[in-house]
Amino acid sequence: MDVMIQLQRQLREHSAFLRKEGYLDDQFEQLQKLQDESSPDFVVEVVSIFFDDSEKLLNNLAKALEQKAVDFKQVDAHVHQFKGSSASIGAMRVKNVCIEFRNYCEAQNIEECLTCMQKLQFEYSVLKNQLEYLFRLEQQIRAAGV
Amino acid sequence: MERNVFVSRRRIDGFDVSPSDSAEAHVLAVDDSLVDRKFIEKLLKISSFKVTAVDSGRRALQFLGLDEETSSSVGFDGLKVDLIITDYCMPGMTGYELLKKIKESSNFREIPVVIMSSENVIARIDRCLEEGAEDFFVKPVKLSDVKRLKDYMMREVRFGSTNSGGTNKRKLQESCDLTSSEPSISSLSSSSSDSPSRSPISPSSAPSSIPTPLDSPVRRLKMTNAGGLI
Repeated sequence: MDVMIQLQRQLREHSAFLRKEGYLDDQFEQLQKLQDESSPDFVVEVVSIFFDDSEKLLNNLAKALEQKAVDFKQVDAHVHQFKGSSASIGAMRVKNVCIEFRNYCEAQNIEECLTCMQKLQFEYSVLKNQLEYLFRLEQQIRAAGV
Repeated sequence: MERNVFVSRRRIDGFDVSPSDSAEAHVLAVDDSLVDRKFIEKLLKISSFKVTAVDSGRRALQFLGLDEETSSSVGFDGLKVDLIITDYCMPGMTGYELLKKIKESSNFREIPVVIMSSENVIARIDRCLEEGAEDFFVKPVKLSDVKRLKDYMMREVRFGSTNSGGTNKRKLQESCDLTSSEPSISSLSSSSSDSPSRSPISPSSAPSSIPTPLDSPVRRLKMTNAGGLI
């Protein structure tokens, strides 16, 4: 019983922290609201797809930025995709880096693009860790409730 | 008008979309992003629609039976499509190009089409509406947006009108007003239309009493196009 209460408190606090620090916005809550008995793992499923997508995009971005003659339109296309998927799951910080990144693509500023790339990798890694922790807590709560 | 024909054709087919029964309505969702497909599919299912989700305009046309290679006009699994909701930015065929193809088809032009886009570009919205799109949703799409899709089908069955007046463009007006005051004209650049946060309006509310400003782009469009000229 104590374990359950503690876990639930941790979950609440972690969720509030993610919102407060801007890792996640309202859209994540919208995702959670869509989860129901017919799709009890909906959020985890969508976020897993997001992780897979993101890793591919980051790879593609890294390759595109390594080129001697960087194709900014291509880079922008990848960032645009990333922006879209991060917005769809409520990953606000990641999304905001994408917005900044796109501006530098348009300006064809390679230095700033490279900086954004690093920021993006960083924000994505942090977010991934935060969400995995969140999901672990939820899983533990479910297990403790059985 | 064409929409009245659509109404009577539906009744003749015995396909009656009653207000309370949208479980019959079948929506074809088109988006190249898997994340977004999963999301829109869920929104649609929760709103009691049957959903078929495809990843490209080409596949959407194939599903409808409109692909150049096939001449059949029946959707390939025989299910009627009652509405198409498509992303705008897709590789290969854009949502706009898909919209055009559908509106050019004698068999499918009656199907209401809604466009989704992460970019709130006025020129883009105008272009889609002019081409016959029913509405334009800014991503991320809300449950309240999807719930409104029933209106497009309902309206056609009950009233047979093409012009939905101002009400279902309400969302458009809200989303247009929320971004920068300077509309981006013809470029697809995101710099003038992007904003880091979505809106001050709570996503879970569907405000119906927000006054629509007279200079809203959709209203302006309707006024200037009053003569039917584009």
